[in-house]
Amino acid sequence: MAPATWPRDDAASTRLLVVDPAARTWRDAHVEEVARVLRPHDLLVVNDAATLPASLSGRVREHPIEIRLAGPPDGDDGRHWPAVVFGPGSWRERTEDRPKPPRLEKGEVVAMDGLSAEVVGVSPLSARLVDLRFDREGAGLWAALFRIGRPVQYSYLRGALPLWQVQTPYAGRPMAAEMPSAGRPLRLPLLRALRDRGVRLASVTHAAGLSSTGDPAIDAALPLPERSEVRAPTVEAVGRAKARGGRVVAVGTSVVRALESAWDEPEGRLRAADGLTTLRVGPGFVPRVVDGLLTGIHEPGESHFELLQAFAPRPLLEDALRHAASAGYLGHEFGDSSLVLPAS
Amino acid sequence: MNLAGRSALVTGGSRGLGRALGAELARRGVRVVLTARGESALDEAVAAIRAEGGQAQGLVADQGEKEAVHPLVGAAAALVGPVDLLVLNASTLGPLPLRELSETECEDFARVLEVNLLGPFRLAKAVLGSMVLRGQGVVLAISSDAAVSGYPGWGAYGVAKAGLDHLVRTWAAELAGTGVVFLSVDPGEMDTEMHAQAMPEADRSALARPAAVAERIADLVGSADRLPSGTRLDPAGLSRVA
Repeated sequence: MAPATWPRDDAASTRLLVVDPAARTWRDAHVEEVARVLRPHDLLVVNDAATLPASLSGRVREHPIEIRLAGPPDGDDGRHWPAVVFGPGSWRERTEDRPKPPRLEKGEVVAMDGLSAEVVGVSPLSARLVDLRFDREGAGLWAALFRIGRPVQYSYLRGALPLWQVQTPYAGRPMAAEMPSAGRPLRLPLLRALRDRGVRLASVTHAAGLSSTGDPAIDAALPLPERSEVRAPTVEAVGRAKARGGRVVAVGTSVVRALESAWDEPEGRLRAADGLTTLRVGPGFVPRVVDGLLTGIHEPGESHFELLQAFAPRPLLEDALRHAASAGYLGHEFGDSSLVLPAS
Repeated sequence: MNLAGRSALVTGGSRGLGRALGAELARRGVRVVLTARGESALDEAVAAIRAEGGQAQGLVADQGEKEAVHPLVGAAAALVGPVDLLVLNASTLGPLPLRELSETECEDFARVLEVNLLGPFRLAKAVLGSMVLRGQGVVLAISSDAAVSGYPGWGAYGVAKAGLDHLVRTWAAELAGTGVVFLSVDPGEMDTEMHAQAMPEADRSALARPAAVAERIADLVGSADRLPSGTRLDPAGLSRVA
């Protein structure tokens, strides 16, 4: 599958591969058709986390490095952030081709433009995964991060992405290290068309993490534990949808992760939640909340593809993807969309 | 909209009506983010609200700069959550003393439109999606008598404010039924630094106090759901509603 090398100017022209596990078929469509394929009482759940300016240039012992914030801050003061350290270089190089950064030790200070952070923890998983404590908090820290930070970039794109390009149309609090990109085509006219159709909308806030670090140990462990918030109105909306025969369709794999981790198996119900999730969804996982999935075009070998297999059988997905590749669909973060319909 | 516990972003929040409105909203339990270009005046406004026990944050930004919009909205949402109430209050008069259109440089006209019209457009655009998703939100534009009447010397400012009023009307039409309410308010003449710059000869004692107007506007926002979206209120209308 060829990657999209730049976000589409016209999101409504995003193609949609509709995969129907019940009929074991797929068909070509455009993303606007989501509003016709879904039915009244269906519930579309989006991830409203805005994307952080997670990439920060800095220096340690005079070595230039890049810091990528891996998630939202933990702790009460908002100063402590998980981060992955990259060596010198730029977004034009693939993460796995970047030179290694110097090994950071606890107590060392990363100097940035008008901001600094102390290394207060080094992960046993990899020395490149660290906990940072910034030298300020509150409005001073956020203003500085938005002044010097850039969105995480992708080597296959033809240019550097500005911050606004990596925000979903409905983005709220900045918590995601990288864009929850499945929601990118859900522009306001499409959201209104869904409402007019009788499809309900709800949201979770899930701190989607880094997609790739170039460090084999970290990459094998992705996704790392992610902060996930499922609020009471969303729990109620899921209950109402199910009671009326509606289906719950997640927008993006992060929403699947959020909703399925908030499922209380002993109680047999969804609960409001706000915490870290370590859930991994793949083949054999039986979703208890989510019935279908609107997402990008994910190929075998990607962790997102593993997750798709919880919703449709692998041979069907592989057939559909072969078709998509030959039909010119575009993949990766800014590519086309797929809708895996509920199996029943 | 029940104000307590809401989040608001107020532009032009360091002086005049914006500062007074930020303080009044904070008194009513709103988590307020004030934004303005000048850091020291902004710090003072924030400190004054906190001294009263209110929740306030300040973010320095120039809303006439396109690149400033998403960082501002992002930092505001990080601090107080997604914006429930956006107050589009900041504006510039352009070069002083005010001059008639034939004497207005094209670049100065463009800058006034950039700050007073395009800035609010971009800011609202950046917060609207979240409001639509949540099915609630208020966008309040501060307008002016100059948006309706053609006063000599107020051309660029008046054109921008007329445009702002029309943004409000158009958005109200486009987003009808989404739960997001758009309002514009002409607050009338107030005793502010901006008024003194525009009309240095005015009798300041005859002008309304920003704090009194801010109370009426906060009342208005508190009952925004009862007004048709797209409503424009003049000072008399504001007194009747609020």
